[in-house]
Amino acid sequence: MATFSDEQKLPGPIYVYQIPVRIWHWLHALSIGALIVTGYFIASPLPSVSGEASDHFVMGTLRLVHFSSAFVFAIGLFVRFYLALTGNRYARELIIVPVWRGKFWRHVWHEIKFYAFVTRKARKNIGHNPLAQLFMWMINIALALFMVCTGFALYSQGTGAGSWADSLFGWVFVLEASSQTVRMWHLMGMWLMLLFIIIHIYMVIRADFASRQNGTSAMISGWRTFKDDGPIKPQ
Amino acid sequence: MSAHETFYEVMRRHGITRRSFLKFCSLTAAGLGLGPEFAGRIAHALETKPRTPVIWLHGLECTCCTESFIRSGNPLAGDVVLSMISLDYDDTLMAAAGHQAEELLQQTVEKYDGEFILACEGNPPLNEDGMYCIQAGKPYVEKLRYMADHCKAIIAWGSCASWGCVQAAKPNPTKAMPIHKVILDKPVIKVPGCPPIAEVMTGVITYMLAFDRLPPLDRQGRPKMFYGQRLHDKCYRRPHFDAGQFVEKFDDEGARKGYCLYKMGCKGPTTYNACSTIEWNGGLSWPVKSGHGCLGCAEEDFWDKGSFYSPVSNLNVTGNVEATANKIGGTLAAAAAIGVAAHAAATVVQKVTAKKPPVSEEVSNG
Repeated sequence: MATFSDEQKLPGPIYVYQIPVRIWHWLHALSIGALIVTGYFIASPLPSVSGEASDHFVMGTLRLVHFSSAFVFAIGLFVRFYLALTGNRYARELIIVPVWRGKFWRHVWHEIKFYAFVTRKARKNIGHNPLAQLFMWMINIALALFMVCTGFALYSQGTGAGSWADSLFGWVFVLEASSQTVRMWHLMGMWLMLLFIIIHIYMVIRADFASRQNGTSAMISGWRTFKDDGPIKPQ
Repeated sequence: MSAHETFYEVMRRHGITRRSFLKFCSLTAAGLGLGPEFAGRIAHALETKPRTPVIWLHGLECTCCTESFIRSGNPLAGDVVLSMISLDYDDTLMAAAGHQAEELLQQTVEKYDGEFILACEGNPPLNEDGMYCIQAGKPYVEKLRYMADHCKAIIAWGSCASWGCVQAAKPNPTKAMPIHKVILDKPVIKVPGCPPIAEVMTGVITYMLAFDRLPPLDRQGRPKMFYGQRLHDKCYRRPHFDAGQFVEKFDDEGARKGYCLYKMGCKGPTTYNACSTIEWNGGLSWPVKSGHGCLGCAEEDFWDKGSFYSPVSNLNVTGNVEATANKIGGTLAAAAAIGVAAHAAATVVQKVTAKKPPVSEEVSNG
């Protein structure tokens, strides 16, 4: 696929998010939603239920949903890496951030100015805008891997020594021996994820109104549409 | 005392009958989770192996480990263990004192160089060249290093020796250090707990003496047979946890019914120890059985994590700033929500005040 220069006019809508990437996005979003809700209530349980213990499975169900969603999240992440290898160039944006390019940082700076209302001139962005790409990587790669590692390490406490979770993720407790602290960092990660969700949803909806391209619909149809046919670089 | 004297000979010399000896062997095998045939192997080992002396050192500590140890009901410490482990030196328990006592240390080093087991209760403070703990006119850390140089293996008794415990709590003015951070060239077996369970202590030491090797250890260096599972995994209140039945206050209906103490800050779900199986004082009780949550005393830094009565404990975020993840995260999320609202308002204002929409000259709804 061709790259577009700053001065070039775009031919029209561009197909950006392929079907597997879109499916992954929504599954990922759903799993995060379930993980946040159940995770919060595992740390701070719901009010006590009365009656026989054998009649209820509140905490057990919360944990079951949490662990199931965690598998969707973790396996999804794994699949997402595969999609980056096989998908189009936009599928790689999440994984590979061109931090070694000066142009990338200049565009990050431009986006910061744009969001800080310093400039009204918006660049057209086909995939992610550079600032968004940077944060996407921090959250959906760095933080997500952190949550997978700490999460499965905590999961291994239940599956026990010698289990696959223990063999693969038990090393977390070598870095931090206190599992209570690992739990608390995992909980902190949940809040950062929530923070990201708030900002992400706002930014996408804002893009629908105040940028030069579409936001929400791109992750539904896969097509990036533009509101003007000017070149990428603002006039 | 011949270097070739066996454990059995030592025990018989201390007036222990063969019957008691065999009882001890089978109880120990059971305590270690071994099959019945191992009772005979333990007996055989103790009958044929030359005894391994144990030197028990005390650094900065409260002696709760010793207090726990001498209450071992199974095997009975007084009857069997003290003679069996041939405790050649223990400042608290030995009859000798002063120069006599220090002489014993020297004798052991000379006679059993590289052979004896060093059991450390408490830890050495490193600040001011170790001046916060002086024994026989010398800093304890020097004594520890000297003995560690000549021992075969080290047992770190209790949370002090294993993790640092209260004397290492922030800001740790004496720079008290756990054994494994001071002695780097010898295997250190951590037996954490404040104190550890008596039967765990005697079990670990018996294993080492009877089988002449280190017990299987987990990643943190704790014996797997006693620290392989969390209290939570074997807690008799676990069904109430899974059901979602919690004690909300110490005097509520749930407390009377024996519901799960997780909401009262029980650290059972994150604490590796054998309390919920072996229990304390000869199987009499343990914290959760008595209606109070686990403090997590066998875990690293349990003293530095804020309230014992909240399941969400403190995180040390930067330097001295400590708060719970919920507090930090909740504040951040609220700030983000406010920031987003303000930014949205500013966006609207920008749109409204713009004479023309940004770069809208060429709009063609492409």
